[in-house]
Amino acid sequence: MSGPNRASRRRWATRPTVALAGLVLAACAGSEAADVAAIDPAEVAAADVTGTTVRLVTHDSFVVSDGLFESFTAETGITVEVLSSGDAGEVVARSVLTAGQPEGDVLFGVDTTFLQRALDADLFVPYTSPELESVPDAFELDPEHRVVPIDVGDVCVNYWIDALPGEAPTSLDDLADPANAASFVTMNPESSSPGFAFLLATIAKYGDDGWEDYWRRLVDGGVVVTAGWNDAYYGDFVAGGGDRAFVTSYATSPVAEVVFAAEPIDEAPTGVLLDSCFRQIEFAGVLAGTEHPEAAARLIDFMLGAEFQADIPLNMFVAPVRDGVVLPDAFVEHAVAVDAPQTLTPAEIEANRLDWTQRWTEIVQG
Amino acid sequence: MSSRRARRSGVDRIDAAGAAAAVLFLGAMVVWPLVAIGVRSTAGVGPARLVSTLVSSSTIDVLGFTLWQAALSTIGTLVIGLPIAHALTRHRFPGRDAVRAFTVVPFVLPTVVVAAAFSALFERVGLRGVGSLSAIVLAHVFFNVAVVVRVVGGHWATLDRSAEAAAAVLGARPRQVFTAITLRRLGPVVAGAALLVFLFCFTSYGIILVLGGPTVATLETEIRRYAIFRQEFDVAAVLAFVQLVVVVALSVGVARFQRRTSVATTGRRLDPGLPLTRGLARLHLFAVGALIVAVIGAPIAALVIESLRVGDAWTLDHYAALVEPIDLLPVSPARSLWQSLRVAAAAAVVATVVGVPAARVIALGRRGSRWLEAVVLVPLGVSAATLGFGYLLAFAAFDLRRSPLLLPLAHAVVALPFVIAGVVPALRAIDPHVRESAAVLGATPLRVLATIEWPAARRAVATGAGFAVAISLGEFGATSFVSRGDASFTAPLAVFRLLSQPGETLRGQAMALSVIIGIVVAALAALLERLRGNRPGAL
Repeated sequence: MSGPNRASRRRWATRPTVALAGLVLAACAGSEAADVAAIDPAEVAAADVTGTTVRLVTHDSFVVSDGLFESFTAETGITVEVLSSGDAGEVVARSVLTAGQPEGDVLFGVDTTFLQRALDADLFVPYTSPELESVPDAFELDPEHRVVPIDVGDVCVNYWIDALPGEAPTSLDDLADPANAASFVTMNPESSSPGFAFLLATIAKYGDDGWEDYWRRLVDGGVVVTAGWNDAYYGDFVAGGGDRAFVTSYATSPVAEVVFAAEPIDEAPTGVLLDSCFRQIEFAGVLAGTEHPEAAARLIDFMLGAEFQADIPLNMFVAPVRDGVVLPDAFVEHAVAVDAPQTLTPAEIEANRLDWTQRWTEIVQG
Repeated sequence: MSSRRARRSGVDRIDAAGAAAAVLFLGAMVVWPLVAIGVRSTAGVGPARLVSTLVSSSTIDVLGFTLWQAALSTIGTLVIGLPIAHALTRHRFPGRDAVRAFTVVPFVLPTVVVAAAFSALFERVGLRGVGSLSAIVLAHVFFNVAVVVRVVGGHWATLDRSAEAAAAVLGARPRQVFTAITLRRLGPVVAGAALLVFLFCFTSYGIILVLGGPTVATLETEIRRYAIFRQEFDVAAVLAFVQLVVVVALSVGVARFQRRTSVATTGRRLDPGLPLTRGLARLHLFAVGALIVAVIGAPIAALVIESLRVGDAWTLDHYAALVEPIDLLPVSPARSLWQSLRVAAAAAVVATVVGVPAARVIALGRRGSRWLEAVVLVPLGVSAATLGFGYLLAFAAFDLRRSPLLLPLAHAVVALPFVIAGVVPALRAIDPHVRESAAVLGATPLRVLATIEWPAARRAVATGAGFAVAISLGEFGATSFVSRGDASFTAPLAVFRLLSQPGETLRGQAMALSVIIGIVVAALAALLERLRGNRPGAL
């Protein structure tokens, strides 16, 4: 067990320093400005993309049916590799951190609440897909087409029909009645995406000078706030054995209750409070810095196409944005139509996010 | 003499290679990502803002609460874990191995399931709000009791009883025997286990979030809030830096304590445990049994019952459904479990291959071993978000950030401290006289390695490898931050995803899959004990 000699000690000491300097340089090189020249649809149509691999960066909730991308590959010669991790907020955070050196070529999963932040970070290359002609303009929140809408869903208060304390409420005002508020569970907007959407619904409905009073009524009534969707739905809500009849969830949750029921049921056990619905659109875009802009654009076309759009509902429990897509029977029978959802623009949300959640926290802390 | 020097340098070369491998691995998987994310997060931010974040009262409050809950959780885990470790190593009774295998189950259960179980438990007994700290501590005890039972128990079984017996014969009272002899010899390994538990609780996320409610904040929950929801990366970076400083300071402190208190043991022969003859021992075992049932058994029983229910009927339907593909998941739950096992096997191999030589370097106090000891622990004590985002930047230059290898490597990083925590005390416990005698009698260092060190350490190596498998099977935090293809979709991710939509079958399947993860780990633990001739100390 002889000790080290002096020379080798010095050698060991210098190496990490050199390596560290190299790392710092490498890390700094990552933040170059991205090229944002738009992708030309004519070039996309003409480009030979056979044999390329396109990487789709997305969140954990992204699922497609087996073999869906194979038909895209057969059609275009492009292979799709899906890279999923975290939730929508994490996907945007990681893309902002790697701006200019993206993990993949296409990003899917940025929603209304994070859209402005992603646009401000110059994450995307504009591309006006010809398939957008089949998508209603109301869903196109970015006129420059840096992102295109793919699916749409609503976060709504759900109730367990057999456990209602009184009449089924029809408005957010009804929900704040002490009997209902005492039976309501929702989520922390800073740790839960539907929790944030419900806060936005109340802000959209009552305005900047009214929503705090509304929340004080909820808090005084006894609303419970959990960290995430599943501790609310499966913890406090009746569905998981809890005793609360109202929960913040999705407009499609009654559909899932039917589809994933243990024994076949004809009617969903839950209903939706239409006045509480906040609309969230999910977008996809070609990531700036991609080496395969044309192939990436072809994937965007495919995701807007009829085949992919029809695959969305039963895998992700949101609705396709494309006109004329035939919905599965379960959706036709059990999904409620949200005709007048609460909305806020991505710019409003981004400008006020921290202020709103700060004020919300103060109300809930009491 | 010259020939001996040549042989020595042969082993020195092995040591150097081991140290180099560990330094390379930790450099690539820990230091580089942390530097990269630190530089990126603070680019263009003035030092004044960073310093003001660092010394702000909210940072200090959050740090204070983080340390406080981790300290309470660690003390709770030791108080519950040590008597269990004692009962399971010092006594012999039917079913002992099965109980020992069972104690590891909580460690791998998905946080999302356990946190929900505790939340429901506390709601039912009316403790919501008033008891969030005790709920957090209890859940941490549940998760980490296995660490104490395994790491401490494994070492305890190698202590021979003659010193205690001698003291007793000389008139020492049982309490004196315990504090002056047993505890003194266990001290270093208890400190090591306590450090691991502390670091787990220090960076715990799901439990704090679910059981703490919206008003409780730790460094870990704040880092994620600032990095993901608010995307003020510089604030997150400052908080991550605070985490890092605490981890390094603690691990250096504990390492110093261990070196000072390390006591050699005769090591190799395992104490089979006393048969249960004395009434006092029976009473002790009875108390420990009640403890195990209350703390570990009750939440698990609730989980098992839920996995077997549809409506009011008992059924295996949820288990049968695990092999079926399901729309919400990219692969079937059964397939995700198989993929988890493959990742776990790879992670265990990497953690063992890197960890055992590194443990030897640390145990023998070789050059740089103190730093190695501290850096090894960093992944346990820094946020999974910090490392996960670090990987994104650090491996941008290569294809590694989307490589299927990244997941087992990330798991190996988390498992490495467990391999080292077991093997280092085992090697330190070798009586220096044994080594010296061997050398004087002409044994080559390689022979010492094969005939003295390996037999002394192999139980600990098996424990460490088993722990690595368990950690990988249960790992969710780092996994959720690593970009994955369908082939890396693991069982904990499947559980989380199943619980993300309404529907009774989804919930039932999530519970069934959690139970199977637990059974796999318990079976693995039992198998390891059986393979090694029914001896204590395996996983």
